Amino acid sequence: MRALAPAVLAALAFAGCQRETRDFRTDPPVLAALDDVAPLPNRIGGAPPDVYVALGQPYQANAYALSEGKRLYDGMNCKGCHADGGGGTGPALLDGWWRYGPDIVSLYVTLRDGRPRGMPSYADKLNSEQLWQVAAYVQTIGSYRAATAATSRNDQMQSRPSENRGPARAPLTEPPSR
Amino acid sequence: MRAGRRLAIGVGLGLGLGGCSGSQSALDAHGAQASALRDLMGLFTVVCGTVWLLVLLALAVAVWRRRASGREPAEPGATSERRLGIVVGVAVALTVLTITGLTFASYRTTRGLTGIADEGVTIRLRGYQWWWEATYQDQAPERVFRTANELRIPVGRPVRVELAGVDVIHSFWVPSLAGKQDIIPGRQNEITLKAERPGIYRGQCAEFCGLQHAHMAFLVIAELPENYEAWRSAQLRAAEPPADPEAARGRDVFLAKSCKACHAIRGTPAGGVLGPDLTHVASRETIAAGLLPTTRGSLAAWVADPQTVKPGSKMPLVPLDADELRAVSAYLASLK
Repeated sequence: MRALAPAVLAALAFAGCQRETRDFRTDPPVLAALDDVAPLPNRIGGAPPDVYVALGQPYQANAYALSEGKRLYDGMNCKGCHADGGGGTGPALLDGWWRYGPDIVSLYVTLRDGRPRGMPSYADKLNSEQLWQVAAYVQTIGSYRAATAATSRNDQMQSRPSENRGPARAPLTEPPSR
Repeated sequence: MRAGRRLAIGVGLGLGLGGCSGSQSALDAHGAQASALRDLMGLFTVVCGTVWLLVLLALAVAVWRRRASGREPAEPGATSERRLGIVVGVAVALTVLTITGLTFASYRTTRGLTGIADEGVTIRLRGYQWWWEATYQDQAPERVFRTANELRIPVGRPVRVELAGVDVIHSFWVPSLAGKQDIIPGRQNEITLKAERPGIYRGQCAEFCGLQHAHMAFLVIAELPENYEAWRSAQLRAAEPPADPEAARGRDVFLAKSCKACHAIRGTPAGGVLGPDLTHVASRETIAAGLLPTTRGSLAAWVADPQTVKPGSKMPLVPLDADELRAVSAYLASLK
């Protein structure tokens, strides 16, 4: 009994060593299958690909994938229209109001195919995994829900609340008037 | 047994001395800053070695002249007390003098590392996970260009390197030419390089920056001023249109696939900023930040499966079939 207690404590302590895993290499067949979304006819909402579910919906709860999404958000000049999420030429991403649905499949379809009135398609610029990473990041920009993963803070001065804080209780920016 | 031990010691010494030369050694100085640092290192080694020997000598004398056990401790008398006081006082004074002298020498050397007048060439160097982006600055905007993982500098002219970071802390270190300088996101640091003779000097990121930190190297190639000017005007030119049909097809594949989203090739519509500028990629000695020599084969291997060649790198796998891969590698290898 006396020997058991330290063993249990040690096992508990070592359990804390488990870290988020990063998958760097996605096999090309998986990459192809990740593009297999089934959007509804109006292209808002729909079913994610089977492999996305089989992988355990890996992008929204993985800080590395979200950080990659953030890097691509900068690199693909999403800021050019959406600014730091506050919007400009394009709609705001911080106000909790999603023109084409808040779910990840809608965001994926938006990024892949573009939307009317200006949103371009990124299918020829990013592969399917990167599209999922950006979609997951864009979904968490506003953080209205508690999440177990987030990107790190910006090194520059913040123009909006950072991603790695508690969920917002009030709108971060004014929702658009309808 | 004894011969084996002697051999092991010899091999160990040989390996240790092997670090004193080569293209990446602080002891093999080829620049003014590196020479000053090497001299400082020599001064410290000599002074500290001398102090160490003197301390060991004093210790040996004390052990040699030990009192026989069981004898009464020495009677404290006025003369021995005074003698002890003088010895301790002199030792303390010498220690203070030595440390002050070394501090002053170190201050003088590090102060002389920056602030060379007549800035000839200015390069803005950005450290990314896990490669280097160099932008050669000029008063005239059309003389500014971007390259990656390789700096060419003219011999005998001071080169100001402005260091800026984007993701995590890196450190710029070319041991044969200068000391280390950290690259810290949100801060502007700078370092001056001045090569005394032509040569290829290897540099390396010297601050752990993630999975591929060890594969974040670069080359500094010091050239005679006329060769440097020729290189610079060649780099300023846009990429030549492909000469043979395979390379032309490679360009079409490059522009149709997602390569263009991150890479720029001047003279084509590709204008990405996330990855290295590939306008003259085949003119550089290495690809993937010093990982592979630039050949058509290594370019093809890198494009085919970057995450196996350099796991974790930001280059994504872009699925290409065999013909497309062959064409793209031919095109990239033609970008001299």
